[in-house]
Amino acid sequence: MSESFRLSAEQFAQLFEQLSTAYLLAGPKRIAGAGRFSGTDLVRYAFLKSADELELHEKSWFSPKELVFPPDETLFYFNGQQFTEATLPDDHEIIVFLRPCDINGIDRLDRMFLENAGVVDPYYKRRRERLHYFMIECRESFENCFCVSMQANRTSDYEVALRFEENSVQVEVCGQKFVDLFARAGEKAEFKPEFVSENPVRVELPTEETMPPEIFNDKFWDEYDSRCIACGRCNTSCVTCSCFTTTDLFYGDSRQCGERRRVWDGCHLDGFCDMAGGHTFRKDKGERMRFKTFHKIYDFRKRFGVDMCVGCGRCDDVCPEYISFSNCINKLSAKLKGGL
Amino acid sequence: MSDRNPYLPSPVKIIGLRQETDCEFTLTVAAERAITPGQFFQVSLPRIGEAPISVSNCGPDWIEFTIRAVGRLTNAVQGLRPGDNLFIRGPYGTGFPIDRFRQQRLVIVAGGSGVAPVRPLIDRVVRGELPVKSLDLIVGFKNRSSILFSDDLAAWKEKSRLVLTIDKPEEGWNGETGLVTEHIKKMQFTDFDDLQVVVVGPPVMMKFATAEFRLLKVPSERIWVSFERLMSCGLGKCGHCKIDYTYVCVDGPVLNYSHAAGLID
Repeated sequence: MSESFRLSAEQFAQLFEQLSTAYLLAGPKRIAGAGRFSGTDLVRYAFLKSADELELHEKSWFSPKELVFPPDETLFYFNGQQFTEATLPDDHEIIVFLRPCDINGIDRLDRMFLENAGVVDPYYKRRRERLHYFMIECRESFENCFCVSMQANRTSDYEVALRFEENSVQVEVCGQKFVDLFARAGEKAEFKPEFVSENPVRVELPTEETMPPEIFNDKFWDEYDSRCIACGRCNTSCVTCSCFTTTDLFYGDSRQCGERRRVWDGCHLDGFCDMAGGHTFRKDKGERMRFKTFHKIYDFRKRFGVDMCVGCGRCDDVCPEYISFSNCINKLSAKLKGGL
Repeated sequence: MSDRNPYLPSPVKIIGLRQETDCEFTLTVAAERAITPGQFFQVSLPRIGEAPISVSNCGPDWIEFTIRAVGRLTNAVQGLRPGDNLFIRGPYGTGFPIDRFRQQRLVIVAGGSGVAPVRPLIDRVVRGELPVKSLDLIVGFKNRSSILFSDDLAAWKEKSRLVLTIDKPEEGWNGETGLVTEHIKKMQFTDFDDLQVVVVGPPVMMKFATAEFRLLKVPSERIWVSFERLMSCGLGKCGHCKIDYTYVCVDGPVLNYSHAAGLID
């Protein structure tokens, strides 16, 4: 059951203000001057003060995963021999404006943090339960997007879907929670969101149920040995990368007291596979590229029945070495098809 | 958080410390846990960090960890004494399939610190808790001074065909020498019906030891290995120990070779 409404831009701005009194609102936001090059802006997920802060014309550099899986998070505090579980600073519910690929991306995170090995990650769960999805309708691709190939261009997992037009906003509201608010704010309309149905960038996924062992050590991956610089930008910008490491820190004025945090880690970064005593796996960057590629489009599916990569293309947007993940997938598939 | 938070360690009292070699020592802690041989704990010290350590033996109210001081955590743990607290969470992972080993001809090959995770398994056999048809042990160490569990080795010898070998001849050593693979080569199998083989040790040793058993025509399904990987959680979340679709922390560390052989890091 859903109802649809049309709001003028002013009505939407007012409604946004009204929602702000009960919820935190997060969405892609333009941060002036914070971009990669001088004089450029950074678009990233942030809490929004007003509707006009919502950036709709550019893809965000980082994904909304920070809302459920922050770059660093305190797990517990220790004081001598005792532990105190870290609590969230507040219990506000969060409305997040995000696109279908990112909704699907968070679904992949759910599988890792809530399902894998039958263990529920309590830190993820408590953040995840606070989210309300306000889906930004996405009818056209940004650069590097290949969500259609990854079948992550569509979703029905949202409470509100929004089409932003010149001077108005059309919305579809599912469920009861937000219906009254929108009904009071605007007028009834006939609106169903559409989804992008074609991207300029397409990938052909490998069809192998089991990768031939030879492809793991194939020269195909060597290109990335020199090209990749292990900066980890692809990992940090990816909505589905979920790896972390834990680290303890203690406070300068009392070395008995401190905290254990988890911090984002990434399979492209040095040290990801280091074991005590000096042994390590995947020293070469090409091996790391192979590991990531197979995880995103092959072995995650074996475990969870769906591909991990959602085709948002952020890894291609952010790579300082211009490595294209979509190209890599296509070259891999061609290689497998052509025989090793 | 209503349920018990799986990331929170529990303090346990150290009740025993035994120096095994120059850099390896065994800590006994007082703790009651249901443990399958082959499982591990996330062991930590606040301020230092956490690492996966396999159980090197256990009883109803105690657990032993045999630790080599080679990292940040293990170096710090080395400074602990009986009466101090260690912090643990677990046990984690899939251990040895004990029931499948019952009334079988059990062959265990272990090298170096890889002897630690198989020790509780051997101990169950030696104590008679796990009845087997026969027990063959090939235990290899780099040299004489790196031999672990000397007392146990004497007890194991009484209940098994034990080959204790060091890599190269050494003055004053009258026992076997050579890599474990050389001793595997000497084994003969006429049938495999009730055979189970366990191989645990450094990655290179496991690679060549399992290859030797395959040359002896031992079916992959009858070989078991245990993997060691970096882990930050032990819960199938942090991603460090993933190989292909397998998470060593939950699907392993003990894996059947038919599965493990296809895993490429």
